[in-house]
Amino acid sequence: MKSAEGVGLQSSKWMSGSGPDGEIVMSSRVRLARNIQQFPVPFLASDSQLSKVSEQVLAASCLLREQMGDQNFLRMDHLEPLQRQVLVEKHLISPLLIKEPHSSAVLLRGDEAISIMVNEEDHLRIQCLLPGLQLEVALEEANFCDDLLEAGLDYAYDGQWGFLTTCPTNAGTGLRASVMVHLPALVLTKQINRVLSAIAQVGLAVRGMYGEGSEVTGNLVQISNQITLGQNEAEIVKNLSGVTRQVVEQEAQARQILLNERRDRVCDRVNRAFGILRHSWLMSSQEAMQLLSDVRLGVDLGLISEVPGTILKELMVFLRPACLQLAAGHALEGIDRERERARLIRRWLTPQEDAK
Amino acid sequence: MLCNECKKRPAKVHLTYIIDHEQTVQHLCEQCAREKGEFHFDSHPPFSIHNLLTGLMNLDIQPAAQVMGNVVKIQCVSCGLTYAQFGQIGRFGCSSCYLTFADRLAPLMRRIHGSTQHVGKVPARAGGSIKLRRSIEEMRDHLQNLVEREEFEQAAQVRDKIRELEVRAQNGGDSHEEC
Repeated sequence: MKSAEGVGLQSSKWMSGSGPDGEIVMSSRVRLARNIQQFPVPFLASDSQLSKVSEQVLAASCLLREQMGDQNFLRMDHLEPLQRQVLVEKHLISPLLIKEPHSSAVLLRGDEAISIMVNEEDHLRIQCLLPGLQLEVALEEANFCDDLLEAGLDYAYDGQWGFLTTCPTNAGTGLRASVMVHLPALVLTKQINRVLSAIAQVGLAVRGMYGEGSEVTGNLVQISNQITLGQNEAEIVKNLSGVTRQVVEQEAQARQILLNERRDRVCDRVNRAFGILRHSWLMSSQEAMQLLSDVRLGVDLGLISEVPGTILKELMVFLRPACLQLAAGHALEGIDRERERARLIRRWLTPQEDAK
Repeated sequence: MLCNECKKRPAKVHLTYIIDHEQTVQHLCEQCAREKGEFHFDSHPPFSIHNLLTGLMNLDIQPAAQVMGNVVKIQCVSCGLTYAQFGQIGRFGCSSCYLTFADRLAPLMRRIHGSTQHVGKVPARAGGSIKLRRSIEEMRDHLQNLVEREEFEQAAQVRDKIRELEVRAQNGGDSHEEC
């Protein structure tokens, strides 16, 4: 199997698309955890058991792969470490999947909206990742894959505990649904903590993206369900969608307040960010995330028209270390990485350099 | 105390086995314990959800047993994971573990999820008979409604359908229909 195939710097569907409420909701993700009855879970299974799992999944996915059309089955040990890391940075696989690369794999649909991880914490992790707020669609797509796979696999399942997952926190539905939301106006108007703690109170988990601990970087926040047992899939997704819609409304109101009451300040802020991004020679990833968030806000508010709205989603991935190094074609450390990052941003934002 | 195996390094892992009512105690250093595969540990494991789970589970275990690292006799026959190990790593070893540790699962699941009963998706194959049972229950509810509304003609049809499903459930699920 050719290794480079399917691992590149093309945008995944969630990055390039928009989708419902796409100005505020960057992406919707649904993943289902499944184990196969007759094998120990991956962390206890022998190498030969793990490869049998992989074979069984590959065989069972025959029908699914036909339905998927364009797709790739990528064995992690056939990929370069850098390529594996690129898949992680694009959110197509989890960091855990590449911890034991000799036994893990992913079945990736051509548009990169569906990824089915093999031998992660569970034997199977079926993920659907879409742009905007469309958890129901993501659930439907993941369920479709799940049904086709189940036709050829003996899932570990129990009437009381549901799908028997490796970790008890996933038992029952094995469903984790999450959204990534961009909330710059709630941060600027200092309402973010109030909103986030309200979300935590209704039993959902909230965390910053790419940040250290709870710190919010690039004004991006991930909200996900915690409970997987005792609620059905539709309920879980409906709850999260409902809460997300409330957050979207709060952010939209805050944006309106910014436009009405602090237009000049906001206009200055977003254009200043645009200027720095367009002319810097060195750029750390932390600074880039904040500036990209500002520029994206400017685009959303109609204050900047020269750049496409996808700038935040695409660049927040392509500026990360593995993507940067894959684009450069060689390893980059320290200041070289910051210089390359700044160069890539300039190329994105400057029309004449883009043309060449 | 020195390690029973290498007799060089200090013993840090104390394992108590109870096999057929006979107790044996082994004192090992970390390295020998790791080599013997008796114990899974990382020297500096990152703090994760599993640590929190351990905290939840150990609420039920006597502290003295933890200190001595006693191997509790509950062990999964299928994958060999003991309840003590499950407590340490916060993860099941295989699907049989759910059966083996069944008695202790309900309090744990209630703490995590606030529930002890799955109400979501039923897979077609693995849950064939469960699916059938669930649809019989749903139809009984429906039947009750129809009777209350005095729609007897429809109720009779539903009753017949329930009987049919019950026969199928007794014959071991609806596997023939799925294939």
